[in-house]
Amino acid sequence: MSGAMYKKEGDEIKEVILESGIKVKSLYTPEDLKNWDYEKDLGLPGEFPYTRGIHPEMYRSRSWTTRQYSGFGTPKETNERFKFLIANGQTGLNVAYDLPTQMGLDSDDPMAVGEVGRVGMAVDTLRDYEVAFEGIDLERIGSGLTINAVASIALAMYQAVAEKYGFSLSKISATPQNDILKEMVGRGMWIFPVGPSIKLIGDTIEYSSKVMPRTYPVSVCGYHIRESGANPVQEISYAFEIAIAYIDHVLERGLDIDNFVGRISFNLDIYGNLFEQICKFRAARRLWARTIKERYSAKDKRSLQFRMLAGGGGAGLTKQQPENNIVRGAYYALIATLSGTQTSALCSFDEAYTIPTPKSALISLMTFHILAEEMGLRDTIDPLAGSYYVEALTSEMEEKIREEMKRVEEIGGMAKAVADGYVQREVARQAYEQERAIEEGRLIKVGVNKFEVPEDEKDVELHEYDSRVLDEQVKRLKEVKAERSSSLVAKTLKDLEAATRAGKNVMPYLVEAVKAYATIGEMTAVLKDVYGEFKEPSIF
Amino acid sequence: MRVMVAKPGLDGHDRGAKVVAYLLKDAGMDVIYTGLHKSVDQIVEMAIQEDVDVIGLSVMTGGHLPIMEKLMQKLREKKVDDILVTVGGVISRPDVLKLKELGASAVFPGGTKFSEIITFFKEEAPKLCKAI
Repeated sequence: MSGAMYKKEGDEIKEVILESGIKVKSLYTPEDLKNWDYEKDLGLPGEFPYTRGIHPEMYRSRSWTTRQYSGFGTPKETNERFKFLIANGQTGLNVAYDLPTQMGLDSDDPMAVGEVGRVGMAVDTLRDYEVAFEGIDLERIGSGLTINAVASIALAMYQAVAEKYGFSLSKISATPQNDILKEMVGRGMWIFPVGPSIKLIGDTIEYSSKVMPRTYPVSVCGYHIRESGANPVQEISYAFEIAIAYIDHVLERGLDIDNFVGRISFNLDIYGNLFEQICKFRAARRLWARTIKERYSAKDKRSLQFRMLAGGGGAGLTKQQPENNIVRGAYYALIATLSGTQTSALCSFDEAYTIPTPKSALISLMTFHILAEEMGLRDTIDPLAGSYYVEALTSEMEEKIREEMKRVEEIGGMAKAVADGYVQREVARQAYEQERAIEEGRLIKVGVNKFEVPEDEKDVELHEYDSRVLDEQVKRLKEVKAERSSSLVAKTLKDLEAATRAGKNVMPYLVEAVKAYATIGEMTAVLKDVYGEFKEPSIF
Repeated sequence: MRVMVAKPGLDGHDRGAKVVAYLLKDAGMDVIYTGLHKSVDQIVEMAIQEDVDVIGLSVMTGGHLPIMEKLMQKLREKKVDDILVTVGGVISRPDVLKLKELGASAVFPGGTKFSEIITFFKEEAPKLCKAI
């Protein structure tokens, strides 16, 4: 969507209201920072409250990681794309899975028809991971695993494939998305009810802290909540309340806050007004540090550091004049780097039509190289600090986020707010209001409701879905099933069921089942049998 | 006019479906939303049970052609000939024509104006309903 609502007289701007409801003044002066304290509110990078970034030298010591979302059809194609991106300077992988995999269904499931390998890689068994990660140095390249409801299974597979290829579990770094509450708000890839879903996340946090300590077991996604229609303040406040729900659950297990909270990361969205987004990220970093310190009395410095992936969002892109999205992407990348993010990615310009082609994915990647190598975005830390406007807006955003968090807590916290449909209703309503504002010309989107030009759709090169993917995938699944020991599969699944019923941590049992080449569908069926399924609350 | 906004298959992107549901509701229609992850069989069952005039399919993954084919086949099997079908989602221009050939009364690719959707449901759909 567009950045802000404008009231104009002729070309003169009379009033600006940001999406978050904040009025922007025409001039900011020291008057606006009367209550602002250099030490308390800004400080140095790498020091509390981390407004300027979580590392003392930020991009001087290490550039941001670019992690374009990729994964196509078969594991073999995915492997090729991974190698292509790494060869072009990408430093981390971000694995896309197809919908059946994300829903815990095998490729031969009737519900999977037409979707196998369509929006990402199809995974049925460990064999698929063996193909996808072949020849990739998992001790050097970290992997984001974009999967949630069955992230526990995806993580178990990652462990198994790393072991198989001889990498040290203490050195590999996976970032499963593993944020189920946001799936229930937007994106929709949920399976189990709220309670057991949070329990599974607790299992992965607890298990990885012991077995794969470099894992970031949860990536809390404000991103999808904003893509679903939330404004920037809602994006951060809902993400924080989701994180708090997971943290409180893990604390109930008796883990120490400093043992795990530093490994919870955030995946956030970039589109809309440039300064509002930059200040959103600065405010989020400061408020997170304050929240973890005040609420949980965390002592370790790392616990207070807000780690984020800021991604240029698809919701900001337009189907009209798709090349304009290359320009938007460049601004989103600029926002990301001015915000002090650790990791970034961009939706590619053709994503309003299809998943990215190699060419469009490469443009996104090069956008970041241009910022680093030509534009000087690595030169100095948090260059906007001290600007009257930026600091005043950062403080205002923080205050608004606090208010929205309080609202969620008053209705009983995020688990309840999602189970009852409160958040879904807020977000859907907001999405509708935004679309109306665009329709009525109150929010401007270039090429959509202003400066429209006639165009020809054929100019965009599209990624075509290949239906042979299904045959190839089902063939491999059959082969694996024929080769594996069915008695070992049966035993590991039985153990998994007993552990699930007993409320034990399921991770070690999933790893055993994975190593026996049990399918995702088989393991999910066991969990579903015990946990049941999520029922969507009605929001209309 | 009674409209059922339907999310077939595994696709979980329901922003568009919910926005259109609000839009039609505000325009005075009777709107039902199926929720996510429904099979084509479930959608047809629900449509018959709820006695709707229109099924509005929302597909964001690109899988609209096989889904539409299956839905129309199911409607024929059930001898349903008084329900219109519309499709919205990530749909290329050539596919708009293919969907219409398969029997879609209207197709709304991403970026379709609200006014166009409302015009269809308020003016064209009642005529089409009367004709059948």
